[in-house]
Amino acid sequence: MNLEKARRMLKPRAEKALAKTAQYGLDIDLSEFRIEAGLGEGVEGSERVLESVGIDPRERNRSGSYYQVDNRTVYASARQRGLTVKPLSEALKDSENLNYYWRALPVDTDKYTAIAFLGEREGYFIRVDDGVSVDTPVQACLLLRTPGLIQAPHNIVVVGENSTLHVITGCAAMREEAGLHIGVSEFYVKKGGTLTFTMIHSWGKTVHVRPRTVAHVEENGVFISHYINTSPVSSLQTNPVVYLNGEGSRAHLSSIIIGKESSRIDAGGTLELVAPVCSGEIVSRTIGFDNSVNVARARVAGRAPGTKGHVECRGLLLSNGSRIDAIPELEASVQDVQLTHEAAIGRIAEEELLYLVARGFTEEEARSIIVRGFLSVELTGLPENLAKYLENILDSLSASL
Amino acid sequence: MLYLKSLVVELGGKTVIKGVDFQVKRGELALLMGPNGSGKSTLLHAIIGDKRCRLVSGSILFNGVELAGLAMEERVRLGLGLGFQFPPRLKGVKLRLLALRILEKRGLARDEAEKTLEEYSRLLKMESLLGKDFNVGFSGGEVKRAELMLTLIQNPRFLLLDEPDSGVDVENLALIGSAISQYLSSNGKAAILITHTGHIAKHVKASEAHVMIDGRIVCSGDPGEMVSNVMEHGFEKCAECRRARR
Repeated sequence: MNLEKARRMLKPRAEKALAKTAQYGLDIDLSEFRIEAGLGEGVEGSERVLESVGIDPRERNRSGSYYQVDNRTVYASARQRGLTVKPLSEALKDSENLNYYWRALPVDTDKYTAIAFLGEREGYFIRVDDGVSVDTPVQACLLLRTPGLIQAPHNIVVVGENSTLHVITGCAAMREEAGLHIGVSEFYVKKGGTLTFTMIHSWGKTVHVRPRTVAHVEENGVFISHYINTSPVSSLQTNPVVYLNGEGSRAHLSSIIIGKESSRIDAGGTLELVAPVCSGEIVSRTIGFDNSVNVARARVAGRAPGTKGHVECRGLLLSNGSRIDAIPELEASVQDVQLTHEAAIGRIAEEELLYLVARGFTEEEARSIIVRGFLSVELTGLPENLAKYLENILDSLSASL
Repeated sequence: MLYLKSLVVELGGKTVIKGVDFQVKRGELALLMGPNGSGKSTLLHAIIGDKRCRLVSGSILFNGVELAGLAMEERVRLGLGLGFQFPPRLKGVKLRLLALRILEKRGLARDEAEKTLEEYSRLLKMESLLGKDFNVGFSGGEVKRAELMLTLIQNPRFLLLDEPDSGVDVENLALIGSAISQYLSSNGKAAILITHTGHIAKHVKASEAHVMIDGRIVCSGDPGEMVSNVMEHGFEKCAECRRARR
C-alpha cells in the first residue's frame, strides 16, 4: 500500500460526505472558504502569540517542536532518540505510517473531515518508539494567517508500548480575519503507553473552529487530555472520542471553556469503554460571559464488564445574556458497569462574595478568587512546569475577568 | 473603641435589632449571649456593614468614626474583622492560597506572609489543612479553627466573633480560646464574642457579658456570674428576670 492508493480508496467516501452536516454545532457553509497552502511564512515576530498558547520559541524544556502556518509546515524538530516529529507529508513516505492514516477517524465523519481529507496538505506526525519515555513536552503550534482560509492540519500521534509522551498544542489566529480551522487528530496509544495532550486555543471572534479528534488506547494505556479555550471565537464545535480498546486502559478528559462575546461553543467529549475494567472521566468547566452560547457535552458508554466512568460538568454564568447547557450522557450496555455523573450550573453566590469582602478583598478581587476556584481542575499527569504554566494561564484568565 | 447608640436594624423587612446601646473599650472582650434568633449575629453583621442589614436608626461609632453609610470594604479597612458563624465552602480555593492572599492584601511581602501563616497555622493546628479547598470536607472544629485563623491573620483591631465555640469539642475549645486570648493580649485590640453555650468563657478573659433577647440587651454584668447563671437556668430566666426588673 502506498499513499496514493490509500487516498484513492478513501476519496469516494470523502466526496460523498461533503454535504454531511455535523451532529452538533453551527453549520458552516464551506463555499465561503477555500483550502490551499496559504501565505504560510515563518513564525518570526509572533513570539507573543506563541507564548500565549504555551509555545516556547526558544524550545526550553521541550523535546521537540512543530510549527505550521496556514497549511504549510515551517519548522519541525526532535531532540530525543526514539522520538520522531515530522510534517505529515514526509512521514507518509514511510508506508508503515499509513497504518495510522485515517484509521481512527473516518474521513466521512462529516463535511469537515471530508474537506480536510480532500484538501489535505500537512499536519504533524509525532511518534515515540516502544519503551521510550519523553519527559519534556513536544510542542506543536498551528497558526492561521491567510484570510478566508480553511486550515486543516492532519495530525497523527503514536505512542509506542510502555512509552510516555507529553504534547502541548497551541492554536491561534495571527490576525482578525475570517477563517475556518479543522484540526484532524488521530492518537494511538499502544500497550502500557501514556499520552498527555494539552491544547490551548486562542482564535479570536472571526474564526470558526471544528477540531475532529479520535484516540485509540490499547491495554493498560493512558490517554489524558486537557483543553483550554481562552478567547472569543466565532463558533467552536469539538467532541473528541476516546476508544478504550485494551483491558485496564484509562482516559481523563478535562476542558475549560471561557465563552466570551458572541461565541457559539459546543464542546464535549466521548469515552467508549470498550474493553473490560477500563475507566475514565470527563471533567468540564464552562463560564458564560456576554452573549455567549455554550453547550458542554460529555458522554460515557460502558460496553464491557468492570468498566467505570464519571462525568462532571460545571457551569458558571457571569452574564444575563449568556447561556450554558450541560448535557451529560451515560450509556450502559452490560450489567457490570459503574457510570456516574454530576452537573451543575450556577452563578457566583452572594454569600461567597460577601464573605471574601469581609476578609478584606474588593468585590472584583473576590469575584476573581471565586472564578479561579471554579476553574481549578486537577491537571492530572502533566510534568511540573507544564502544570505550572497552565495554572498561571488560569490565574491570569480569572484575574482579567 | 466601639460605641453602639440606639441601634435599630432591619433584616429582610423585619426589625431584628430594636434599640441597642453597647460599648466596648480598647483591651476589652465583651461576651454576647442569647437564645437563637435573638439578633446576635445580625448585630455583628450590621457592625461590619453587611448590606442585607439595613440600619434604620442609631449610630455605630468606631474610634470616633461613624460607620453608618460606610461600605463593608471601608469598615474592614478601618480595622473591623468578622469571624463568621457559618463561613462558606469555597471549592477550588486552597486554604493556603486564600490565607496568603489575605496577608498580601494587608501589605505583607511574600516571605513575611509565609512566616505569619506558618505561625498562625501552628497556633491553630491547621498545618495539615492548608493544602485543602477552603472548608470542603472540614469537620465542625476544623471550620471554626480555619475561620478564626483567617480572621486573625487579617490583623483587625476589633474582632467580631460569631460563635467560634459552637459544635467544637473540648480540646479545640481550649485551642480556640487561647488563640483569641493571645491575640487580644497585644496592644489596642478589642472584641465582641457571641457564644450560645458559654463554653468558651472558661478559656478567655471577658470584661463584661451581655444577654440579648428579641433584639434588645436585657442584662449586662460580670461575665463569670452571668455565664454560670445562664448555663444553670437558661435564657428563660433572663427573660423573667427582665420582666421582674421592669
